[in-house]
Amino acid sequence: MIQGVQIDFVSADRMARLGMMEKIRLILDDVRAGRIVVLERGLAPEEQSKLIEVTMMEISPGGFSGIEIETYPTREGNEGLGGFFSRFVGKKPDESRLTVIGPANQLKTLKKDEGLISAWVSSR
Amino acid sequence: MNFLFLAKLKASKFFRTLFGKKHSKIGIYGPPNAGKTTLANRIVRDWTGDAVGPVSEVPHETRRARRKEDITITGANGSSISIDIVDTPGVTTKIDYHEFLEYGLEKEEAVGRAREATEGVAEAMHWLRGDLDGVIYMLDSTQDPFMQVNIMMIGIIESRKLPVVIVANKIDLPDAAPQRIRSAFPQHPVVQISGMEGKNIESLYDAMTEIFG
Ligand SMILES: Nc1nc2c(ncn2[C@@H]2O[C@H](COP(=O)(O)OP(=O)(O)OP(=O)(O)O)[C@@H](O)[C@H]2O)c(=O)[nH]1
Ligand SMILES: [Mg+2]
Repeated sequence: MIQGVQIDFVSADRMARLGMMEKIRLILDDVRAGRIVVLERGLAPEEQSKLIEVTMMEISPGGFSGIEIETYPTREGNEGLGGFFSRFVGKKPDESRLTVIGPANQLKTLKKDEGLISAWVSSR
Repeated sequence: MNFLFLAKLKASKFFRTLFGKKHSKIGIYGPPNAGKTTLANRIVRDWTGDAVGPVSEVPHETRRARRKEDITITGANGSSISIDIVDTPGVTTKIDYHEFLEYGLEKEEAVGRAREATEGVAEAMHWLRGDLDGVIYMLDSTQDPFMQVNIMMIGIIESRKLPVVIVANKIDLPDAAPQRIRSAFPQHPVVQISGMEGKNIESLYDAMTEIFG
């Protein structure tokens, strides 16, 4: 067997066809199998909230220990006036962005700033 | 601002004062160890004389949301609010019981703590999706505010349109950098305090009466 880590890149289109629980299952099933998931477009706040909740319910001592997740900040909020203004012109406030999710015991974020996420992945 | 909304807000405030029944439920959220229980205890002690729960340097000391009802807070501006305070377990996306072993806990105890903590966090997320009227989001000023869990939680709170006060805690510590928290969340009011020493706590009470009133 070749040693390695599988990385799944999931398109925004693919995610858009799924319901909330289907998205969460897709992510957690992948991550629990030791894979890294890269979402072209991130999750809505409601979905993030549910992801944290379901992750917590699936953690077990000595087994799954949870997820590491990183995403770029949404453009709204961090651009001061621009973000504020975008609310009036009707831009969706929760435009989430590229998101990396992996098993907490294998994925470590080394560095993150506005335009760069550096992650380190270990095989199990 | 939308005038209809403003009118509605005024009307609801009017009826609330008139009947004096409605209590806002305010949740204290934030990552493990930020000082949430310390603050909850201080608020409750300052305004009722009781306490909420135990504080510890070991993360995930609080593993059940605890509510303290019927606290009336008066700001320096003279306005008052009646609230229930909900102290919640520190939110995270990962819990490994090995972490607790480093604090000298026995394995069995650590495993139990991890299990309770996961249940507590799930419950805290649940509360956030329906049962609250406002949030105090607490951060340790010596830590990086850009941690993903903070970005997610603030996004979730915003999407629920809950009024929020961000607290930059532990400003008594020499490497506290509350300014970093301000620049991380410029869209929200940030109050810097030491929940432990009580430093600047009056500013928080003012902000609370303003934002949650
Ligand atoms: N220096 C300093 N320490 C503080 C302050 N507030 C809390 N602490 C300490 O930080 C640690 C954690 O405090 P808690 O109030 O238990 O924190 P918490 O956010 O409720 O933690 P969990 O319930 O585990 O999520 C304890 O050792 C407190 O004494 C503060 O303002 N300054
Ligand atoms: Mg606590």
